[in-house]
Amino acid sequence: MKAFVYQRADSATQAAAAAVKPGAKIIAGGTNLLDLMKLQVETPSALVDINRLPLDKIEETRDGGLRVGALVRNSDLAADSRVRQRYGVLSRALLAGASAQLRNKATTGGNLLQRTRCYYFYDVTKPCNKRNPGSGCAALAGFNRIHAILGTSDQCIATHPSDMAVAMRALDAKVETVNAEGEARIIPIAEFHRLPGKTPEIETTLKSGEIITAVTLPPPPPGVQVYRKVRDRASYEFALVSVAVVIATDGKTITSSRVSFGGVAHKPWRSIDAETVLKGRPANLSTYRAAADAAMSKAAGKGHNDFKIELAKRTLCRTLADAAHTSNGRQS
Amino acid sequence: MDEHESTIEPNTIEITRRTVIETGTTALLLTTLPRAALAAGPVDDNEPPSPAVKVELQINGSSHSLTLDPRTTLLDALREHLALTGTKKGCDHGQCGACTVLIEGHRINSCLTLAVMHDGQSVTTIEGLAEGEKLHPLQAAFVEHDGFQCGYCTSGQICSAVGMLAESRTGAPSYVTADLTQPQPELTDAEIRERMSGNICRCAAYPNIVAAIKQAAGIST
Repeated sequence: MKAFVYQRADSATQAAAAAVKPGAKIIAGGTNLLDLMKLQVETPSALVDINRLPLDKIEETRDGGLRVGALVRNSDLAADSRVRQRYGVLSRALLAGASAQLRNKATTGGNLLQRTRCYYFYDVTKPCNKRNPGSGCAALAGFNRIHAILGTSDQCIATHPSDMAVAMRALDAKVETVNAEGEARIIPIAEFHRLPGKTPEIETTLKSGEIITAVTLPPPPPGVQVYRKVRDRASYEFALVSVAVVIATDGKTITSSRVSFGGVAHKPWRSIDAETVLKGRPANLSTYRAAADAAMSKAAGKGHNDFKIELAKRTLCRTLADAAHTSNGRQS
Repeated sequence: MDEHESTIEPNTIEITRRTVIETGTTALLLTTLPRAALAAGPVDDNEPPSPAVKVELQINGSSHSLTLDPRTTLLDALREHLALTGTKKGCDHGQCGACTVLIEGHRINSCLTLAVMHDGQSVTTIEGLAEGEKLHPLQAAFVEHDGFQCGYCTSGQICSAVGMLAESRTGAPSYVTADLTQPQPELTDAEIRERMSGNICRCAAYPNIVAAIKQAAGIST
């Protein structure tokens, strides 16, 4: 690990002012950042510890939603009774991620900002446009079984590893930030994460020094919420494919839906195409298949990850079928 | 072994034949490296060190003041600066759970956090669970059910189980909880396995670990 100066922030604005300096990084839970620092993938010259800031509350909003402080731990958010009652898809997604020890540390803001688990990003001896812009992408012609099938570029095929963000994308969460001047901003989660394009090193629309203070959840959309994660082992593993679904029916016909995928793109992948197909159609397997085909119509693999296209389709069909027969985010 | 090691002064570890036998070759190799190498990950000894930080930790009920390179993980602070070697270093990347300790009663991976981030907080390690000669119920249950073979993951398993049972008592759900709205999910075998998935046992003593945890939790097997 490279040497750094350790600082503790007393306010979010002060933290933003410290973080705007070149080489400075904010640390909250640290479960991803410290791992990357040990490998010298990240080499900050200053660490700004924000753990003492009062950003650890979950509050009701006036419109019937919830405002989740940036430092609320993943375990606390998943276990919150309001989240379990009203946002089951978020609770389930959080519980699907990492281990209990990591969830006790990892924060809401940090989870959104975690880096890809692409092996070539982690291996400093390999080219990686995300870690070392312009050096190339070793995953394109390398082992790319875990890599993206949607929204990729010729510079990067990494995926965003979060489960939480996939549920938040389905719920249309908003990210609240503050900068060094104390100016607040609200970023819809749809606009928060970026696709790799020509600049895969830029992963979000946060500006330099801008820090996350909270994530707000609008009132829950109508319908049943389900999160399903498919991975190489039953627990404590990143998704090959995951799906967050919210679906409402009048008994026979689908009246509204939200469909969001994890493990398939550089950001949590909302599929408006699938939602368009589902609306007004009968809740049956042929509808689900049509929605899955629409969701993956632009998907393309790079060899080892070709299977993800069919896997994502089948996972969506199964999840939609589950949602039609279960309640409260229960996963069968 | 714990008793012997606890007499070692931090930063002045002397190598005797007995220590070598008891701590093993890995520990011996570590003591021959520069002190900075004990900070996490590769270190360039030519670069200027990080400004030192003062850290106060309440470990197993006792107050400890340390002056540390801020790169020092909580795990390295415990093992290398306080000679509390009950907490094990497995992968050092948050993937195995061998380093699990409790911060203010909550289980975490001590390898993925800096000691300085916990200034003023309480830390419970495996050394802090027994009351004198009386084993913690989870320790006793692990012995009774052979919840280990090589034993390297055991202190992490036990600390994790202590945290897990506390979480369960608050009604926390897990990924396999069928109904997230139920206030107090039952600790079935599947629940215990999911909730303990952050602790890997390469000897695969899992059935016995589950049995030990059930006994300590008062669940009939």
